[in-house]
Amino acid sequence: MTLEPWLITVIEALIKVLVVIVVLLTGFAYLTLVERYVVAKIQSRVGPNRVGAAGGIAWLQPIADAVKMIMKEDFWPAQADKVTYTLAPGIAVATALLAWAVIPLNPAITVFGYTINFYIADVNVALLFLLAVGSLGIYGIVLGGWGSNNKYSMLGALRSTAQMISYEISLGLALVGVLMISGSLSLVKIVEQQSFWWFVFFQPVGFVIYFIAAVAEVNRLPFDLPEAETELVAGYQTEYSSLKFALFYMAEYINMITVSAIASTMFLGGYQGPFGILPGAHWLILKILFFIFVMMWMRGTLPRFRYDQLMRFGWKVLLPLALANIFVTAVVLVLIGK
Amino acid sequence: MEIIVFYLFAAIAVIAALGVVGLRNPVYAALCLAVVFVSFAGLYVLLSAPFIAVAQVMIYAGAILILFVFVIMLLSPPVDQGEGALKWQKPLALGFVGALAVQLVLVLALAVLPSARGSLTPEVIAQRGDVQVVGAALFSDYLLPFEMTSLLLLVAIVGVIVLAKKR
Repeated sequence: MTLEPWLITVIEALIKVLVVIVVLLTGFAYLTLVERYVVAKIQSRVGPNRVGAAGGIAWLQPIADAVKMIMKEDFWPAQADKVTYTLAPGIAVATALLAWAVIPLNPAITVFGYTINFYIADVNVALLFLLAVGSLGIYGIVLGGWGSNNKYSMLGALRSTAQMISYEISLGLALVGVLMISGSLSLVKIVEQQSFWWFVFFQPVGFVIYFIAAVAEVNRLPFDLPEAETELVAGYQTEYSSLKFALFYMAEYINMITVSAIASTMFLGGYQGPFGILPGAHWLILKILFFIFVMMWMRGTLPRFRYDQLMRFGWKVLLPLALANIFVTAVVLVLIGK
Repeated sequence: MEIIVFYLFAAIAVIAALGVVGLRNPVYAALCLAVVFVSFAGLYVLLSAPFIAVAQVMIYAGAILILFVFVIMLLSPPVDQGEGALKWQKPLALGFVGALAVQLVLVLALAVLPSARGSLTPEVIAQRGDVQVVGAALFSDYLLPFEMTSLLLLVAIVGVIVLAKKR
């Protein structure tokens, strides 16, 4: 049986999408466990040690958590706006997953004369696509906050909108430095160019700005003002329970994985090993885990910013620094005649 | 294949646009507008203009419309029940719709729209890359308008600061 070429393309893309989603959702479940252990170690606690424990690790804890989430009552606030209240968690997860369409995972391999590329799409606007999808992610939080019809939710949503729009600018500008060196917006080409020298060696400032802005984008401590529990109960997710709450939680963790993957791809060579050693998906996974560990570490050690400090830092420190970085990069590129 | 995708996006855009006009709740209308923007982005991709598509999502759906939604949510206007409508509003609207319909039929019947191809054919774009084409045009032929835009934005920022500092 022979298949039409476009049908093969569609089927191949569908399989890839399915694999990426399954891996990300499983990864999310076990990251919650990792986070509990990391924070427990930092706070000199033991962490989960009951559910399916073997060798000091509670292997079945995420599954127990998931079952518990599903069994919980799905609570609806009486005055909630039904449509947006339901839509919000879905939008949050969907936008978190979408970014993976353009991230290259492995060098291409050829099986039986058929070349398999380990990315879903290679477009010449991939970098902008990431930023566009990231900017859509705000809708999930805003609609969740507004749809709940609760003032704490609303305040959390407003805070997160202001925060995400502010830090998105620095985030985008930090990536411009890489773009100027690579001369391409395609993530596949950007990774291929880093086979020996990672871009972090040429863009150390851009790398630091990106990472700080990315932590703010995913609303993690010390930037988790949208859900600051001491002042806003739980921010935009106050009214959510059961699976809808789980979806918001899932979106946060998948966003963590996504920004880590972008940082690895843009600055640390993606699937490329250090100085060209054994390229492959294992490097990408290691780098992502490293970034996620740093984020958990920050959560365990740093106190939360005050809101005016957060805004001042974003607009008066990160943004000018990102602009200066672009300026210096441009001058150097002209001087060396690239 | 392409034609199926076109009709899919076009249908979504038209339905969502009807929602923007027809829905009484302003938040829903704004959300429908976001759907219109995203499906337009899909149409731009079909026209081999991915840069415009991504810019459309990033700037209109991701930034400008978020501010719209922001303002609507903060003001929380009552859901429109149609009480505030002016008496002569309906006949006037019908007249405009009629004129537009006549215009549409005339344009389609007479084929007034030019169909000549410009110098930027899909082949040229595929060869040089969409972003490069847009960037080169922006910084050579359209440099003055481009710089004027930045001046305009500066004026807007100064204006906002003046207004905000007054109190």
